[in-house]
Amino acid sequence: MGKGKPKELKALVWDLDNTLWKGVLLEKDDLTLRAGIVETLKALDERGILLSIASKNNHGDAMARLKQLGIDHYFLFPQITWSAKSESLASIKEALNIGMDTIAFIDDDDFERAEVQAAHPDLVVINSTDYWSDYTKLLGEPRFSPKYLTEDSRRRRLMYLESAQRDHIEAEYKGPKEEFLQSLEMRFVISRATEADLQRAEELTVRTNQLNSTGVTFSYEELDKLRRSNEHQLLICELTDKFGSYGKIGLALVETGREVWHLRLMLMSCRVMSRGVGTIFLSYIMQQAKEAGARFLADFIQTERNRMMYVSYKFSQFKEVESGENGRIVFENDLTNIQPFPKYVSVVTPSTPREK
Amino acid sequence: MDIREQIRNFIASNLVIYEDNAKFGDDDDIFKAGFVDSMFALKLVQYVEKEHSLRVENDDLQLANFNSVANIAKFIARKKAG
Repeated sequence: MGKGKPKELKALVWDLDNTLWKGVLLEKDDLTLRAGIVETLKALDERGILLSIASKNNHGDAMARLKQLGIDHYFLFPQITWSAKSESLASIKEALNIGMDTIAFIDDDDFERAEVQAAHPDLVVINSTDYWSDYTKLLGEPRFSPKYLTEDSRRRRLMYLESAQRDHIEAEYKGPKEEFLQSLEMRFVISRATEADLQRAEELTVRTNQLNSTGVTFSYEELDKLRRSNEHQLLICELTDKFGSYGKIGLALVETGREVWHLRLMLMSCRVMSRGVGTIFLSYIMQQAKEAGARFLADFIQTERNRMMYVSYKFSQFKEVESGENGRIVFENDLTNIQPFPKYVSVVTPSTPREK
Repeated sequence: MDIREQIRNFIASNLVIYEDNAKFGDDDDIFKAGFVDSMFALKLVQYVEKEHSLRVENDDLQLANFNSVANIAKFIARKKAG
């Protein structure tokens, strides 16, 4: 890993035998939780760090024991099987839809750690024996200490559960996809960022990689200044449906000059990708620019991971008008073709009259 | 199966609307007609790259190369010809 501050981790995957508890389930040992486990799980969960399990055991037996211990609800997509742990980690990464370099795996067994690391070089691997005396030591480490605790981070595990529920219903759904999307009763709410949104806004710039136009991160102070500026609009959006809220999932910064509107930053959480709402935010900003009679430019910095965003811009008929070093591009859109909002989403914008 | 038929099948498996309502000819603009959503764009690019072992460069990412069955087929043929 390079210099600078350690990357904040998004998930921690636990081994069970001799890591989470002392003893081996299969050998009918008298299992006791390691020191500080309950406190650590609770705190990590509240920090929005996702917890999961990769353990070689019988799924039913292990889950029953976790339930007995009152900690089963903390774990998302637990992989308790007899197959290689590297496969379990791959399944967890897939289910959580986050980068392998943001996941840590903790195990006491040298062989298991090596096997998993060999298959996933980017994964962070932790030797649990270093923490047997007191797991709360993990809580003091920067990599498990996100700078802010937002409403979205507190609800993160819940949002995954709501999402799993949706996926289940989608998989069972027999009709066309549009009808399914219609049945979700989605609302996409775009608003000017308020002071209360700034922590989440900063968190979004740090956490979002794939659907991020520039990868530029902003500090709380910078965002606050831009929010108050008369020459900028700092917009944030939220998606909700009948199952609950996906949280604040998108952020955009537009410089609103008299002649030119310049989209400095646009990003969207990958969680909403399959909902077909990706273009709503962009379309809204383009409509506003068109009404203002301005030219519309957008900054873009190519990274290894944001190709999807590049494709979205190009397919929305943005043209490259400038390209500089290190993948810097300025796009222009002539605003003749703006994609209409999909019919299955009701869109609320800052100019929509609020319901009383 | 010829290349147009393969492309047509791929698009058909990604439609957002009910197949009976989605009759599209080889020259119809699949994006304009609302048959597919924005996420489909990337899937389509990845499909073309993987199925036909070619690399779609930034300059190739023009809507005109991807917006109909006929245009996708032409694009693939052109890339393969080098």
